[in-house]
Amino acid sequence: METQTSTDTLFGRFKVTGKKATRDGFGTGLHQVGATKANVVALCADLLGSLKMDDFVRDWPERFFQVGISEANMMGVAAGLATAGKIPYTGTFANFSTGRVYDQIRQSIAYSHKNVKICASHAGLTLGEDGATHQILEDIGLMKMLPGMTVINPCDANQTHAATGAIADHQGPVYLRFGRPNWPVFIPADEPFIIGKALPIKRGESVSIFATGHLVWQAMEAVTMLEAQGISCELINIHTIKPLDEAAIIESVSRTGCAVSCEEHNRLGGLGDSIAQTLARHRPAPQEYVAVDDSFGESGKPEELLVKYGLAPQDIVHAVHRAIKRKG
Amino acid sequence: MSQIAELQRIASQVRRDIVRMVSQAKSGHPGGSLGCADFLTALYFHTMDRQPGFSMSGEQEDMFFLSNGHISPVWYSVLARSGYFPVPELATFRHIDSRLQGHPTTHEGLPGVRVASGSLGQGMSVAIGAALSKKLDKDHHMVYCLTGDGELQEGQVWEAALFAAHHRVDNLIVTVDWNGQQIDGSTDHVMSLGDLPAKWTAFGWDVLHMQGNDMSDVVRVLDQAKEHSGKGKPVVILMKTEMGAGVDFMMGSHKWHGVAPNAEQTETALAQLAETLGDY
Repeated sequence: METQTSTDTLFGRFKVTGKKATRDGFGTGLHQVGATKANVVALCADLLGSLKMDDFVRDWPERFFQVGISEANMMGVAAGLATAGKIPYTGTFANFSTGRVYDQIRQSIAYSHKNVKICASHAGLTLGEDGATHQILEDIGLMKMLPGMTVINPCDANQTHAATGAIADHQGPVYLRFGRPNWPVFIPADEPFIIGKALPIKRGESVSIFATGHLVWQAMEAVTMLEAQGISCELINIHTIKPLDEAAIIESVSRTGCAVSCEEHNRLGGLGDSIAQTLARHRPAPQEYVAVDDSFGESGKPEELLVKYGLAPQDIVHAVHRAIKRKG
Repeated sequence: MSQIAELQRIASQVRRDIVRMVSQAKSGHPGGSLGCADFLTALYFHTMDRQPGFSMSGEQEDMFFLSNGHISPVWYSVLARSGYFPVPELATFRHIDSRLQGHPTTHEGLPGVRVASGSLGQGMSVAIGAALSKKLDKDHHMVYCLTGDGELQEGQVWEAALFAAHHRVDNLIVTVDWNGQQIDGSTDHVMSLGDLPAKWTAFGWDVLHMQGNDMSDVVRVLDQAKEHSGKGKPVVILMKTEMGAGVDFMMGSHKWHGVAPNAEQTETALAQLAETLGDY
């Protein structure tokens, strides 16, 4: 990325160290938690390679269950394993992890408060060429509406690795959302993952940018451009959409006076709506959304899709200008 | 008293509980509940190896999952009568602030229930997960699951059937309540199930048959099913029952699937069912 040098000075300890897919972080994280916790088991619906679960299967074949192309059954079997004291991690694409099996998750997992970790790859537009059938942009909304469900969307491979381990220590259902493409890695490998705790990437004065998932990197690029224009930006990584770190959001907006939310998700029902609800209830302030404008995606390269659907760094720059202007 | 007579005595009280609960709640599902009263009585009072008290994880004991959650009245009665919670609590069925929700749930912490059910087709998958966990733990106890026959119209059931055979989940005994009725009419009329024994056999299951309203046969086939376990195949019992069994005017029709009897009908029904263990 051409802005790599300047981001190094702007973002302190958050320095780009390479490129890796968030799903790679899930694969290594699952392997590690499998080594440390004997009651961790894994299930997959015919997408082992895509989910990077091969190392777990190689080392603990007896704790892995291939379910074939039957995601509804996978969610139920996971609920049963959890009932009997196991910590099941299910693996398939985000679309098949949520919309396809919503009622199974609702009844057998969420309502029954089962300790199931629903791990979902290929979320959002950046899965690319497979197109809109697979590019779910509604999953955060679907999952955050379920009482008791924790919703996490890490921003790079290191954060996904750390989150994959951290969710095993959390008692209750979790939705862990990650993606397909190679993506800059900038979270330090030793950064602890604390569920529900926002991670400040950069302090600033004029705007609070709240970003999740792949859009954290887009926001870092945008902040680099905005700082070059003399605009002081605060950037906060909201990796846990539920429970939301409301205190961090209110504190930041109380200082900056406006907010921009950034997510690879439908504008309806995602991170932006959670932040808007928090601000409306506690600290009303102008907010601009960087999100997909209530549409399905399409086939294309991830970077082309991010531009076409308004999720590019330039879109964040424009949103920041709009938000600041509205402060009045 | 013979063992069969004792189980029949309990089942009579369970049937009274069902009628009284549904009548008092003015809602609920008496038909399937009455049909499964003999089976669940035998399962809890004869077949299952149970630990005192209730543990969610069910270690070192047999576990049961009810997939057709709408027959909650029969399960609640059997759970209360076998000591999982106080019998008088049956009076709270379907009322506000009760642990006895319309459909079973873990949400209010009712002892004996391990997963919510009601939305059909999900219980077998959950039972399979529990059975897999027992295998991992080298716990040689069984996992039982009861499902309706109309419920077999849900696709997830057949996903689960494939899985259990493929993974040789042979510590699992599924019973299908084959009463041939569902809300809108007979299963033949609504959505034919076809040749059920052939279907389960083709899916790789060990298929047994039971007359579900004949206590001797229920006990015999449950014993037989246990003997068939551990041989590489999941076991299914196709259990013929009569919806409404034990109450003459509720039998032979789908009409009492989800309708509560009025005061007069309740009286007529209770006159046919001996009070053997004391009403709650």
